[in-house]
Parts: sequence; C-alpha cells; structure tokens
Amino acid sequence: MRQFYEECKQAVIKGDSDLAQRLATEAIDKKEPILDVIENGFVKGIEEVGRLWEDGAFFLPELVMGAEAIKKALSLLNPVLAEQQKRNFGKGKLVIGTVEGDIHDIGKTLVSTMLSANGFEVYDLGFDVGVDIFIEEASKRGVNCIATSALLTTTMQKQRKIVEALKERGIRKKFRVIVGGAPCSRRWADEIGADGYAKDAVAAVKLIGELIGGS
Amino acid sequence: MQNVTQIKWFEEEKIAKIVEQAIAILSETGVYIESEEVLSLVREAGIRIANSRAFIPEEVVRNAIETAPGKVIVYNRYGKPAMDIGGWNLHFNPGSSAIQILRYGAGKTATPVSRDLVQFARLTDSLKAYDAQSTALVPGDVPEEIADRYRLYLALLFSGKPVVTGTFSLDGFEPMREMLQVVGGGKKELKERPIAIFDCCPTSPLSWSELTVGNLVDCAKSGIPVQIVPMPLTGATSPITLVGTVTQHCAENLSGIVINQIAMPGAPVIYGGSPACFDMRKATTPMGAVETQMINGAGAQIARYLGLPSHAYMALSDSKAVDYQAGMETAMSALVAALSGVNNVSGPGMHNFQTCQSMEKLVLDHEICMMAKRFREGIKLREADRPKEIIEEGIRKKTFLTLKSTLQWYREEAYLPDAVIDRAMGEKEADVSEGDILKRASGRVAKILKSHNSAPLEFEKSEAIKEIMLREAKKAGIDKLPELPD
Ligand code: B12
Repeated sequence: MRQFYEECKQAVIKGDSDLAQRLATEAIDKKEPILDVIENGFVKGIEEVGRLWEDGAFFLPELVMGAEAIKKALSLLNPVLAEQQKRNFGKGKLVIGTVEGDIHDIGKTLVSTMLSANGFEVYDLGFDVGVDIFIEEASKRGVNCIATSALLTTTMQKQRKIVEALKERGIRKKFRVIVGGAPCSRRWADEIGADGYAKDAVAAVKLIGELIGGS
Repeated sequence: MQNVTQIKWFEEEKIAKIVEQAIAILSETGVYIESEEVLSLVREAGIRIANSRAFIPEEVVRNAIETAPGKVIVYNRYGKPAMDIGGWNLHFNPGSSAIQILRYGAGKTATPVSRDLVQFARLTDSLKAYDAQSTALVPGDVPEEIADRYRLYLALLFSGKPVVTGTFSLDGFEPMREMLQVVGGGKKELKERPIAIFDCCPTSPLSWSELTVGNLVDCAKSGIPVQIVPMPLTGATSPITLVGTVTQHCAENLSGIVINQIAMPGAPVIYGGSPACFDMRKATTPMGAVETQMINGAGAQIARYLGLPSHAYMALSDSKAVDYQAGMETAMSALVAALSGVNNVSGPGMHNFQTCQSMEKLVLDHEICMMAKRFREGIKLREADRPKEIIEEGIRKKTFLTLKSTLQWYREEAYLPDAVIDRAMGEKEADVSEGDILKRASGRVAKILKSHNSAPLEFEKSEAIKEIMLREAKKAGIDKLPELPD
C-alpha cells in the first residue's frame, strides 16, 4: 500500500483529527485520486479502529476519536469527490433518532457517530422524535434507512408505529427500518416487521452496511 | 452521635469545597430547563434565565437547603410510618422499572406481565429488610400508554408497603396521584402521610427535561416525596474523575432541590442518584463497579453534611445471571451503602444494568440487606464494663453456652440468616454444585408465594382505584384490565 494511504490510515487509528485534516487537504492539493484515498486510507483506519475496539484493545474514547478524525477528513474530501465523480463517498444515507416520548440519547448518538465515521450519510434527528418527523425527514433527505432508538418498554411501541405508518402510506419498501436500545431484541425487530436489530454501535455499523451498504 | 459503623469519603473541609464548587456551577454555568412553565416559575422566584438556562444564585441554593426537610417519613397503607429517611437510618427497596423478569425456576428472562407484578409485590411484602416496595417491573400486557400507572395500581393492591415509583410521561402523574390519594385517605392525608416516593431524573450534564421537571413540580405541589436521581456517567456525561462527577452530581441534586422548594417550600425531597462509572470498553453503565459505589457513598456523605436525606441506586448487580458476580457486586454495594449512610437504597433484586428483576435474587439480596444492616448497627456496647467477669465465669463453668449473658444476648448479637444461606458444615467428598443456592432461593420464593398475602386493601378503596385504572384503560382503547391471579 502506498505510504500516503498508510499515513491516512494511521491518522484515524491515532484519532488525530488535525493530522487527518492536513492529509485530506494535501490529497486535494496534490490531486490524489480521492476515492482511493478514502477507501484505501481513511476507511482502512476506521475499520482497524472498530476491530481493535471489538478486541478490547481500544476503549470508547479511542473509538470516538477515530470516528471524529475520519469524519473530519470526509467532510473535506466528499465535496471534491462529488465534483469529480458526481457522487459522494457514501455507503448509503439514513436518518436516526430516539423515538417520541423518550429522552435517552447517549447510545443513539454513539451509533450515529460510528455510522458517519464509516461513511454513511447520517441525519441525526435527536431525541423525542415523532413518527411523522421520522418519515418526513426520511423522504425529504432521500435516505434508504430509518434507524430508531428506544430505551423504554413504553416508547419502544413507537418503533412498531413507524413500520405501520410506512405501510399505511405505501412506502414501506422504500426504507430499511432498524431498531436498537435496551428493551429491543432481534425478536422484537421480527415481531414488528423491522429489517434488523443491533446490540451496539459496532454491530449497528455492520448491520446497516449489510442492509444498505451497496446502495 | 449514634455509635454507628461508617465510611468517611472526605474530610469536612473538602465537602464544603465540593458544595461551594457545585453552587458556583449552578450560579455561573446554570442549569438547562426544557419546560416553559417551570422556567417562568423559576423566573418569578427572581432567578436569571438566559437561553432556557437558570443561573441560580448562592443564596437561593442555601435557602432551598434550609427549607427542605431534614428527613422524609413515608407511611405504609395502614397509616403507620414505614421509612424514616434521614440521619443515619437505612432502608432498602427493590430496584424499579425492570424491562425483564427472571421468574423463579426459569433460566431465561421474559417480558413481565400482570401476574409477575402481583407475585413480585407479594414477595416484597413478605420480606422484612424491604421497608418499601417499588414499581419494580413494567408490564407488557397492557397498552404502553398506561403501563406506568398500571404498575402502581397493582403495587397498591398487592402490598401494604409504601411504593418507590415514577412516571414515564407527563400525563402519567395525575392518575397516579389520584390513586395514591384514594389509598392514602384524601388529599390532606396524603400530604401528611405520604405513601409513595417519585423518582425524578435530571439529564446529565445539568439539564432537566420537560417530563422530569414537570413531575418534580407536580410532586412538590401535592406533597409527594421526590427523589432526585441524577445519572452522571463518568467520562461520558460528566468528568472522568470521581471527584468531578461527585461535584456535578451534587450540583444536579441541588438544582432539583431548588426547583422543588420554589414550587413548594418545605416539600419533601431526597438527595439521590444513580450515577455510574461508565464502562469504556462496553459502553455500559455498571451499577456494580467499585467507583459507582464510591460516587454514591460520597453523595450520601454530602447529603448528610447538608442536612438532607439521601438515596442511591445500590445493592444491585450487572451480572446477567444470579451467580457469583451478582452476589459479589450486590453485597459490596449494599455494604458500602449501609456504611456510607445512604438512607434509602434502591436496587435489590436487580441485575443486568438495571434492566432485569429476579425473584430468586430478591430473596437472596434480602439476606445481603439484613447483613448490611447488621454491619451498620456496629458493635453494641453490651455489658462492655464486665468482659473480665464473663470470661472468668465461663472458665469457671467450663462453658459459655449456658451463661446468663449468653442466654440474654445470643439471638440479638448475631443476625441469623434465612436458610437460603447455608450455615451447615459440608460433608467430606460430597457432591457440590453452585446451583444449590439458587434452588434454595427458588424454594423460598415458592413457599412465600404459597403462604403470604398482605392484608387486602379496603374494598371501597380498591374499587375506587380500579375505576381510575379503567378510565385510563378506556382512554388507551381497551375496556378491560388483564385478569389477575387470586
Ligand atoms: C442513563 C439513563 C437515563 C438518563 C438518560 C440520559 C441521556 N442523555 O440519554 C436519564 C437520567 C435522563 C434517564 C431518564 C429516565 N429513565 Co433511564 N436509564 C438510563 C440507563 C441507566 C442507561 C442508558 C444508557 O445511556 N446506556 C449507555 C448507552 C451507551 O447504551 P444504550 O443506550 O443501551 O445504547 C447502546 C445499544 O442499546 C445500541 N443502540 C442504542 N440505540 C440504538 C439504535 C439503533 C438503531 C441501533 C442499531 C442500536 C442502538 O447501541 C448503543 C451503543 O452501544 C438505563 C439503564 C440501561 N441499562 O439501559 C435507564 C433506563 C433505560 N431508564 C429507565 C427509566 C424508567 C427512566 C425514566 C422514565 C425515569 C423517570 N421516572 O424519570 C426517565 C425517562 C424519561 C423519558 N420519557 O425518556 C428504565 C426503563 C424502564 C423500562 N422498563 O422502560 C431503565 C432501564 C432503568 C430502570 N430500570 O429504571 N435515564
């Protein structure tokens, strides 16, 4: 692998946002092939960060620092890529939020950070987000996935309502719907007709990658 | 000063400093309040508001500490005091609002239904270390809009003990208050002899959601005791240092106490919490972590310094099963709570990061709580002036077993645990299995459920709360409540 790509990768592993930013700027100035820089450099870095976290070698601060670093690089590289190739480096777009009546957002924000770090275009709608808002934003942003977080036994029912509302409007097939949060499970996802469930942020990245990664 | 065994986390001067810093945070950094209504209430009290943040001056904080009562007495539904929360008193009650139930004899967790809530209430009712029950489980067999009030309904029906509870939504408060008022015997009576405590949780760092701050004010106005339950998570929503988190926890508590006292000076309020030492590997909130216990213990010391009653989420575990980890964490935490002077400890029965309640664990934790209480009592100075005489008498009689002193004290000096704790000597080369204690616990649960019932709630009262509950059910689109086991 080229030395330059290796440096990009290392910047993410070190969680060095400043370095990632410098390298991204350098890549643009030197007219490097942007997609390659992303895929063979920065993305390799975040993949390694995810792996190290799963191994228990990295802790949450390192995971989030790595995510911040690649996000910084992507924020600079993506516009250039869009110009060059009329496309974003993106594995897919999604909206994410905590459902209505629920103010728990720590886990949701973590998932959201990890998703954008992994190249997804993420619209984080925050917490206490109504069913209609999820659907309106999803339609407006042209995303392929709606990801919802619920931490209460009571509010998790809103996840079901989202699936039902999509069906009622005849647009269920347009979106992958995934769920997460303490009271959720794979069985819950099946029961309400969602497309998937993930137990933590790294699993969420994998799951969403499998579901919409190619689009 | 009572002769009690205690842990001191800080010297007094350091506590004064922490409180000073917490007050500086409230006056200079301020606290975010999401509710317009509460903001205007606070503004009327002369507090400066900017961008929904209230900047609470020192004298307002000091004044609230002054007007808040030094102890909170909570009654059972027979009108007798059941908890005296304050000073060095110690009370335990089961952890609240579990998502899952581990039924006795079952190896797998499940979504709780009415029957589980009924059993849980009856079980708690029978166990004397628990001075209160809690709305321990959230039922899955009623519409979600009424789950919070329905669990209170069942608790009131099936146990006479006071209830530690809370709402899941703003509109949950009124029907819950109504039911409490019925059972408590009237509006004035409920104020004079409250039978429930509501948990109100600020969002760390230093923020109050519309729901929780609304509850805080509603409770104050109805005279229902409130437990302020901040959950700062070290390094995630509060400083990574324990002392930093203790300070933020203090500021968050004081902000709640100020709002509560502005709404109703003298309203019963408890300095509480469920902080955690955030796990940086698994992104979880371990209740059993040593540092979680230290933050909680320090909080109790600060509360006592301020002359306020205290609460903490302790005596629980993060283990997924009822196993060695569960016992270890629960026991350590219960002991630290007891020796730190936490007045009201919520947690027993709970495991898996506050998400599961186990019937067997509730029975086993009961023994932990009794033992922790025993530790707290400390070494009593019984016949302390005459050990020499007693020893000489024992030597003379060639036994201590039948001494007058022995006969007088042997049942009181030692806490004799229930038979779930095995105090019999094992035989040589015997088969041993770690599942034995679970079997004993399971047997005890079965036995209690077969034999124990609380004195039933008076007929008129139970009809009246049923009516309230049915009204709520109709609003949620059902006209029948689940069948209850008798
Ligand atoms: C911290 C906390 C709070 C904080 C939240 C602060 C915040 N900014 O989020 C505060 C104090 C505000 C709070 C308030 C309340 N809480 Co709370 N809270 C918790 C606690 C202890 C930890 C949650 C947490 O942050 N965990 C750490 C994060 C990193 O983990 P996580 O959220 O699970 O997220 C991970 C995964 O689940 C997954 N994930 C999460 N979202 C998504 C989304 C997708 C799409 C995917 C794929 C994956 C995914 O990935 C994440 C990263 O690994 C839980 C207990 C628990 N173990 O869950 C109780 C808990 C959820 N709370 C509970 C309750 C009852 C409440 C209150 C109602 C209390 C009250 N009466 O005021 C209020 C809620 C008000 C409301 N309407 O929302 C109950 C729920 C009970 C039930 N049966 O429903 C719990 C279980 C505790 C308990 N037993 O009482 N709470």
